[in-house]
This record gives sequence, C-alpha cells and structure tokens, in this order.
Amino acid sequence: MSTPAQSEASAAAEPPVRLDQVEFGYGPKSTLTALSVAIEPAKLTCVVGANGAGKSTLLKLMAGLLAPRQGTVRCFGRDPRRGKRRQLARKLSYLPQQYALAFPFTVAEVVLMGRYALRGPGLLGLERGDDLDAATAAMERCRVAHLADRRFDTVSGGEQRRALLAQAFCQRAEVILLDEPTAALDPAHAIAVFEALVSERDQRGACAVAVTHDLNLAARFADRVLLLDGARLSADGPPAEVLASPAAAEAFSVAMHVGTLPGSQTRFVVPA
Amino acid sequence: MSDAGFVAATARRLTRRRLLGATALAAAAAVLATTVGALIGVDSATQTLALIDLGAVWAGPGGAHVDGGPHALAARIFWFSRLPRLLAALLVGAGLAAAGCAFQAILRNPLAEPFTLGISSGSALAAVIAIRLGLDATALGGSAIGLAALAGAGLTIVVVWRLGRVGDGMPAATMLLAGITISMFCSAGSLLVQYTADFGEIARMIRWMMGGLDWIAYPRLGQAAGPMLIGLAVMLALARAMNALSAGPDAAASVGVDSARVTLVAFVAASLLVGVGIALAGPIGFVGLIVPHALRAVLGPDHRLLMPASMFAGGTLLVLCDTLARLILAPDQLPVGVVTALLGGPFFLLILVREKSRGRIWG
Repeated sequence: MSTPAQSEASAAAEPPVRLDQVEFGYGPKSTLTALSVAIEPAKLTCVVGANGAGKSTLLKLMAGLLAPRQGTVRCFGRDPRRGKRRQLARKLSYLPQQYALAFPFTVAEVVLMGRYALRGPGLLGLERGDDLDAATAAMERCRVAHLADRRFDTVSGGEQRRALLAQAFCQRAEVILLDEPTAALDPAHAIAVFEALVSERDQRGACAVAVTHDLNLAARFADRVLLLDGARLSADGPPAEVLASPAAAEAFSVAMHVGTLPGSQTRFVVPA
Repeated sequence: MSDAGFVAATARRLTRRRLLGATALAAAAAVLATTVGALIGVDSATQTLALIDLGAVWAGPGGAHVDGGPHALAARIFWFSRLPRLLAALLVGAGLAAAGCAFQAILRNPLAEPFTLGISSGSALAAVIAIRLGLDATALGGSAIGLAALAGAGLTIVVVWRLGRVGDGMPAATMLLAGITISMFCSAGSLLVQYTADFGEIARMIRWMMGGLDWIAYPRLGQAAGPMLIGLAVMLALARAMNALSAGPDAAASVGVDSARVTLVAFVAASLLVGVGIALAGPIGFVGLIVPHALRAVLGPDHRLLMPASMFAGGTLLVLCDTLARLILAPDQLPVGVVTALLGGPFFLLILVREKSRGRIWG
C-alpha cells in the first residue's frame, strides 16, 4: 500500500514522457519498433529523420492519440490514453501538423481554446480575466496580437502556426509536443518559434518535443536530438553528435557537417 | 493603454453580457411569437385576421370550463388548442435546430442535419409501416405512430453511426454518404409500403410525412418534454467542447476534450431530440439546417452562444411557420412541414448569396 503522498513523490520522479519497448504500425508493417525513450524535464528535444521515419507517429503516441500495439507509454507515470483528457491537457499539449477549422473562428478564439482544460466544467465555460490575460500575453509573444480579430482561416500559414503556438503557450502545460512547428515559416519567424520554446524551458521549466525537418534549427536550439530511421531510434544525444554521426549519414543518405558560426555559439549543419 | 489591454478590448469574443443579452433577446422573440401566434386567428365571419379577446385569455385555462358563451370558447381555443401546439412547435423547433447545430459541429460539416443523415427518412418508413399495419387504430392511437417513428429514428442512427465510422474516426463524407444512402433506401421502402396500402392509409401516410402540429394536446406534449429538455441541456453542456472539436478530434483532445466521448454523447442527444421531435410532429425539414447557419453568420461560430440562440430561434421559426400554416388557407390548415420547406429554401439561398458577396463563405 502506498499513501497518496508517496505516490505523489514517485509521480514527481517520473519523467514527463516515457516510452518503453513501444511497437506501433498502421498496417501489418511496423512504423516504430522496440522504441524506448524518456523525455527529460526542462529540455528542448528535436525529433529528426527522413520522410516516413515515424516522427509524427512518435509524437501522437506520446500525446496518447494513438495506442501502441506493444509496450507502454507514460506521461508523468500515467497512461495518457486512460483517465480524463482534461487532466492530461493540463500537463501536456500537442500541436498537430494539420489544423483545419470547420467554422470561421477568429485567431483570438482559437488561442483561447487552449484554456479549455484550465476552466472547470461549468455549463458554458466562459473565459475569465485570467484566461484573457494569458491569451493576450501568448499572442504578444507569438506576434499574432494584431491578428486577434481576423478569421483564423484567412491569415497566412505562418501566422496560423504562430497562433497555434500561442494556443499551446496559454494552455501552460509542462510538456509541449509540436509536429513541424516551423513548416510554413520564414527563417526569422522559425527562429522566433524556437526562441519562444527556449524561453518556455528557461522560465517555466517546460519541456518541448518538436518534430522538425530543419536540421539547422535542431542543431542551433535543441538540447537533445532523437534520430528516427528504419522504424527505430538510431541515435540519441546532443545535436552536434547526433547530426554528425554515421547514423545520421545513413538516415538522410548524405553525411552531415556540423559547424559553428565564427564569433558565436550558433551551430549550423550542411550536407558534406 | 497597454498593448495587452488593447487586444483584450477589441478582440471579438463572447462576454457574459453578450451571451446573456443575445440569449435573452432570442428568448423574448420566442415568447412574443408564441403569445401572438396563440392570440391571432381568422374570423370565420369576416375572413379577416382577428385577435382573441384578452379578457377571455386573462381568466386563465379555467375560463374554458366556465359555462358556455364566447369567452369560454375563446379561452378554450387559446389555452387548449393553440397554446399546446405552439409550445410543441417551440420544443420541436428548438430540438431540431440544436440537433442540426450539434451534427454540424461534431461532423465538422455544414451539410449535416437530420435529413442528410437519413434520420427523417428512417423514422418516416417506420411510421408508414405502422400506419400500414393499422397500429394507429389500436388502443395506443396516434402515439403508436409516434413510437414507431422514434424507433425508426433510433434504428437509423445506429445503422448510420456503424456504417459511417472508420476506425476511431468519423469522417463527415462517409457519414453523410451513409446517411444519404439510408435515406434513399428508406424513401424507396416508404413508397413500396404506400403502393401496397389502400387510399385511406395512403392519405394518412402522406399527411404524416408532411409534418404537422395540429393534433397535439398537453398529455403528448408532456411525454415529449422530458427527454427533449434533457437533450437540450446536454447540448448546452457540450457547447464549449464543440468549439474545440471544430478543429478535429486530435486538436480537441490536445486542449483537453475527450473527443470520442463528447462526439458519442452529442450524437445520442441530437438523435434523441430529432427522434422525439419527429414522433411529436412528423418529419419537419430545413429547421435543423437553416437556423444554425443563419445564426452563425450573424453571431459567429462560438457554440456557447450559437447553441442557445439556435434553440430559441428554431423554436420561434417553427411557431411562426405553424401560425402561417394555420392562417394562409384558413379555415383549412397547411401542414407546417410544407411551410418550413417553402420558406426555408429561399431563406437559405438569401443567406448564401449575402455571405458570398461579403466574402464570408466557409466550408
């Protein structure tokens, strides 16, 4: 028998997300096999790999949106597919790669949807002052405050991505999972997204797991890079090591050179 | 003024004041329409519109039981003939509009409504079979057809739900395709049953399928009110989750909505509203489609406002249509379903054209 206090303590020691010998496939073929990884708190982790390597699948497993065929997924020691989604959403948020609204909500309304889990299950759950403050602050940080009243589906793809990031920020979860958060962004905005994730890490101790095809952003900002190849985790470690490794050369079919810009700490990657 | 204050002040959002104000306005419209609708009639002597003497109404339902005289007749017409059918119109209209709104939200498709999902045709087939079997001549009377219609609606929903689901998901295209297929099949079935029926039965079948409220009295209204009020309350409770669901089940789950559970509960509640509504008044079209659409164009897509506003507006619309149906050919009465269809189509086109010209078409 464990007292509530003990189970609380053991839950605190649990990593934000842990996958244990996870196997998953959409059909008979495995998309991911024998995958074990623990996401650390207050770290920015990037998931890289060629197209179809299972990056988005990994993120959906972590978010509890897919059930592993074998193995276990735990979020703070809990199965994310059991229990109330509202409770999970206070700990973990997930930004899908595709986001299409059926109805003409405004940017501000979409951002405020991030506050769903933080409101009690009241009859209509109207937003209160603290929700508006959080949403406003998040929109400022993601530079979409001037778009608040625009219809979400009429702003550009990059602005939509930033609005969704604001939604995730005002959800204030400890774990933020992002599927290609910079896919439609120009370089300045892509850098701004990762700088915002870094500041979430530094100020709130949040951890972010971002699937990205932009190896330069991964090299520059990530604390840790997970490389997926052939349905497996083929490399895991600091970005400079992973991206320059033979495993990366194998995964991307081209060797990578990781360097540092002269006069700064900024890392970059080029195919060698 | 700081930038932060500026954003919060200008962003179009749902405040308590806006929600209560708009809902109160919609409720007032419903009360007004019901009251006027119950008072107005056509004077049989002069063939002009006439209001019931307020003095007769003011005496309350008890006035109808006072010995003869014009006051007793007027009170009887107001309290026991027109009021129950208009209250039924309010309830059925609210249920159809709320169900349409919910189907559109959970299927993320503006075409989803009781007709396109096959529910109306399924219940009509069951009702036609009940008439063919002579169930309305048994001890249960007219409510036998209502019960058959309810069962037909429930059965159709289960079939469409099972056909339309793909794994964990519920793609609108598959769902609507299943619904329309079932709808065509059931319509064909209804025709077949009609072909085998005699003229008296056919007349009753056609009359039922046109939808009408003219035979409703308080006992039947009372039976329907319980389940319908529960269904409406469930819709209000799910309104916020429906907002999140309009971005799809995964995105909704990530902000904390149990997407599968909310979808199922909303689907069952919407089916209950439609099924009981059809059992009470027959299949009445267009309300579930046009009311949420028209209001969304005016009030925005937030279901916390859209849902209650749709309920009152749907109720008001059906009250107005039923009153028109009673007046146009007085002393004959048109089936209310014919009126909603005749008014609904052009009205919907009007909104479509207006929204298109403003560049605000979604879909």
